[in-house]
Amino acid sequence: MEGQIFTLQDFMYSTKSITYLVIVAALILFPIFWRFLTSRDE
Amino acid sequence: MSDTRTPTGGTLLTPFNIVAGLILLIGAVITVLRFTGGLAAVSNLSDYNPWGLWIGFDLLVGVALAAGGFVTSAACYIFGLKRYHSAVRPAILTAFLGYALVVFALHYDVGRPWRLPYPFIVQPGTTSLLFEVGACVALYLTVLFIEYTPAALEWLGLKRARSIVVKLTLLLTIFGVVLSTLHQSSLGALFLIAPSKLHPLWYSAYLPVYFFISAIIAGLSMVIFESSMAHKYFHDKMDDTHLAEADGVALGFGKAASFVLFGYFIIKVVGLAVDNNWHYLVSGWGAWYLVEIIGFVLLPCYLYAVGARDKNVKLIRRTSGLAVLGIVLNRFNISLIAFNYHLPSSERYFPHWMEIGISVFVVTVGVLVYRFIVTHMPILYEHPDYKEEH
Repeated sequence: MEGQIFTLQDFMYSTKSITYLVIVAALILFPIFWRFLTSRDE
Repeated sequence: MSDTRTPTGGTLLTPFNIVAGLILLIGAVITVLRFTGGLAAVSNLSDYNPWGLWIGFDLLVGVALAAGGFVTSAACYIFGLKRYHSAVRPAILTAFLGYALVVFALHYDVGRPWRLPYPFIVQPGTTSLLFEVGACVALYLTVLFIEYTPAALEWLGLKRARSIVVKLTLLLTIFGVVLSTLHQSSLGALFLIAPSKLHPLWYSAYLPVYFFISAIIAGLSMVIFESSMAHKYFHDKMDDTHLAEADGVALGFGKAASFVLFGYFIIKVVGLAVDNNWHYLVSGWGAWYLVEIIGFVLLPCYLYAVGARDKNVKLIRRTSGLAVLGIVLNRFNISLIAFNYHLPSSERYFPHWMEIGISVFVVTVGVLVYRFIVTHMPILYEHPDYKEEH
């Protein structure tokens, strides 16, 4: 059935895909958070 | 009747002294029971739960909260942020006392204090993480002692010895950073051996990284927290420089803690993704995990950020208490609460009241020694003979 994990390959494919998406989100969020943190600095 | 007045005319029988005296008395009695009757006489430790409150709180929390020493000295002497110089001595003192009390408290758990040097001279198990932790803690405690000595030497008037130690500052700071990086992460790595005992939400191959990053947060937060306590209780001991720089230290460290907390949150999410642990989040353990992550990681991250943006020192100081509590909760979760989660409740560990008594005793000893040192030695002020040196 589609989406189920049967092999290590399935597991790595699934977790790595989500991890890469998390990292992309983090790369976008980090500069936004940094701007929020420092925008009122002199 | 004995005189209960201090040389300055105040009374020794303050509520604080009475409570502290009672705690020391009870602690001394439990100490005798522990070292004459063994672990079973004073603790609920068992084969299932060989590590209890003394390791979870006194050691893991103690070491994490003592990270302010290497964080502050690295910021000042390695990254050149001299505006935080006034925070270095209090941070080093807190770290030194923290590590000294870690070793002191470890005796209660390990027993037979005369065997403490055995890992180095009798059975050097160099492949063991505990050996590495032991070696690093021993070396770093020595480094912290040397880093602290200039204050004591100024107090004793030993100028020559002080000038020699001060020349070692940069070298000691580098040693401190290296040793802290090694053993803070290794404390997390200790739990890598127990994947079946620690709940999957807390177990991760990244545990060493989590412990190290959270130790930096603990160090930054503890410096702010300790500074706010010192402001409250030792305001009269602070000189103008210390008072003028205190707000800047809180704002700078609060901003740094906010950024590191954000990074910590991200790597925690990465840990969930890598191990595919999302489904645990909808369980009871998941709710508890979310309390830790949202209440004690994201919330202090946001509050620190708002405090740093608005230059709200009061908010940052209050947030530091929340962040310190978060570190305590995290170490408790990993070593006590989510550890052996699969056991029936009858086999789960809850500390004996005498274990809690010893932990309170150890903290009280630390507070009393801290109070003695800051009221006698130049920690919160610069000694008048050395003012021109910075």
